[in-house]
Amino acid sequence: MRLALFADIHANRQAFAACLEAARARGAERLICLGDIVGYGADPEWAVDTVVDLVATGAIAVRGNHDNAIGVPSDSMNADAQAAIDWTRGRLNAGQKAFLAGLPITREEDNRLYVHSEASDPAKWRYVRDTSDAARSMMATELQITFCGHIHRPGLYSMSSTAKMTSFVPTSGVAVQLLTGRRWLAVLGSVGQPRDGDPAASFAMFDTASREITYHRVPYDVATAAARIKASGLPLWLADRLPLGR
Amino acid sequence: MQPGAELDGFTIGERVHRGGMATLWSVTHPGITVPLLMKVPLTSEGEDPAAIVSFEMEQMILPRLSGPHVPACFGTGDFERQAYVVMERIPGQTLYKRIDNLPLPYDEVRVIGGKVATALASLHRQNVIHHDIKPSSIMFRERGEAVLIDFGLSHHQHLPDLLQEEFRLPYGTAPYMAPERLLGVRDDPRSDLFSLGVLLYFFTTGVRPFGETESLRGMRRRLWRDPYPPRQLRPDYPPWLQEIVLRCLEIDPAARYPTAAQLAFDLGHPEQVKLTARAQRLNRDSLSTVWRRRFNLGAVPPQPKSNVAAQLASSPIVAVALDIGEEAGALNDTIRVTADQVLSTSPSARLACVNVLKLNRLAIDRSHDEQGQNKHVDRLVALQHWARPFKLEEGRLTVHVLEAIDPAAAILEFAAVNLVDHIIIGARQNSMRRALLGSVSAKVAAEAPCTVTVVRPSRLAPQADDDEAADQAANAAATPPAVF
Repeated sequence: MRLALFADIHANRQAFAACLEAARARGAERLICLGDIVGYGADPEWAVDTVVDLVATGAIAVRGNHDNAIGVPSDSMNADAQAAIDWTRGRLNAGQKAFLAGLPITREEDNRLYVHSEASDPAKWRYVRDTSDAARSMMATELQITFCGHIHRPGLYSMSSTAKMTSFVPTSGVAVQLLTGRRWLAVLGSVGQPRDGDPAASFAMFDTASREITYHRVPYDVATAAARIKASGLPLWLADRLPLGR
Repeated sequence: MQPGAELDGFTIGERVHRGGMATLWSVTHPGITVPLLMKVPLTSEGEDPAAIVSFEMEQMILPRLSGPHVPACFGTGDFERQAYVVMERIPGQTLYKRIDNLPLPYDEVRVIGGKVATALASLHRQNVIHHDIKPSSIMFRERGEAVLIDFGLSHHQHLPDLLQEEFRLPYGTAPYMAPERLLGVRDDPRSDLFSLGVLLYFFTTGVRPFGETESLRGMRRRLWRDPYPPRQLRPDYPPWLQEIVLRCLEIDPAARYPTAAQLAFDLGHPEQVKLTARAQRLNRDSLSTVWRRRFNLGAVPPQPKSNVAAQLASSPIVAVALDIGEEAGALNDTIRVTADQVLSTSPSARLACVNVLKLNRLAIDRSHDEQGQNKHVDRLVALQHWARPFKLEEGRLTVHVLEAIDPAAAILEFAAVNLVDHIIIGARQNSMRRALLGSVSAKVAAEAPCTVTVVRPSRLAPQADDDEAADQAANAAATPPAVF
């Protein structure tokens, strides 16, 4: 089965729509949303409604820290993120808020774990920055492959049977077979707010039969997404960072 | 595994080889006519963990490779059931078979080295660095092409490098290992050129340039200590060959050939190798040089992560096809402008100026008489003269006069044999003449294995007639990489 995985959509309608179209064109049979549907972007209602519809037709979604902060105010966010959460909370209706609050923190499927941040303590929202962060997450699960997001920069880590780690920045469009002899942590880039210097939206496809993961970049209408953020009265930096990919 | 057993449609035959890391079985499969080998890693308790990791690398890399310089891959199985890779069985022996007969004749080693460099150029273009170039990983097809085998230590630019942190010590074959590998560098294709340099040195002198030491301490010496120049071991050693070998063995990768294709070019044209001080050396570097290197090791600035494809792209072989003669003057000036633009954006590019001395079908041997010889030399001189304004530093310019009945075919063959990346060629303006002779540039543009730029002296040219339009249409129909 071909999975399409999306992380950190962040209410960016233009980016998410472009990624969904690209995933369907590549034959996606099941969609996985790895959290942070809202926050930062100007279209939270559309983003939540879209994921609600996808989940109703078989997609899997887990909760991210921004989704969580809509219902449970966080004291660890920076000022821009906090301002965006407060703005978003005022835009969502009760049903949309209940959907976000009801999302699971993790989901397991076959030999795969889906989580927004990492597996060792998912509700602490730690980042996977390097091989030691990745090792801590991989030690915490028995499952062979973990998919996560949160850091907005794509990365692919593996652990051998002797607990040796490798790290790798994936090349877009090149399939990598997740070999069965080792365990893997696939960190996805962000759909709605990439921070690796490339403004194109990021998502990944995973083929459960061939066990190949392919990271993709999708160009989208950045100007409109940024203009909508500015028009909404959200912090200007949230618009300015999109064309920079920062 | 037993002879007669079946695995994923492959029937196991005899055991061909049992090595330290893997066992090789002859296998067959209905519908596959080429002879096949199944490589099965040794994974039982107490085996070297490197066997597993290097097998994983080969399992990832081999199915992605193509071309005549690697064994074709027909299937893989993973560790969940039975790990294996099935590949084309290359008949014959590896180069290792030859090491009892060393040293080999210089020209034979030159030809072998050229074939291996050509194979490396193909591999590097596929974003893979071999990292274990040595006689036992090189075979040859019956048609002559070198085939590289054993990708267990290789690095693929677009795949995770499972060897990067698996072993504290660099893994590979000590006598052939490039010095930067000892510093943990695994992403520089010029490491393979160093290993090929060791092979060339060994095969021409019978002596390994850095001995057979396996200890890390012994291996580290190559970070500051250069080998004895081959001429000290064999006084008749050709200077051009020493130039090539010592350039491959430079400690700093930036001082080696920038690409395997450029090394193959020099091995294919020994008479045109630009001789530097390297070619004449009889002694190793002075102790003061060696000590300076040794105690400045830590001062080497960290290198940014290299990009194999970008490095190859910045070091193209550019061939310029030129007409020589009065009427070609204006066109050749325009070609020079175009070539200058290409060279100025590629600091490691090399330029091959090519002219075709057209042979008369009825008098093919004319070039062997004195008049023909003079004509040949005159044209070489003219090509040198044309290229002088580029002021290319040593070794970046070569000139070639090809003798052929069909100029386009000669240029195309030159480009294929010499791994040329970009051909620059002028289009004839005189349609009367082209009507008689056919358009060389159109044929080259349509059939070249690389990018082709067709140059016309735009503003000075006469109006295009029908023939010209037809010529342009032929160009436009050329393969996509062609540039006009």
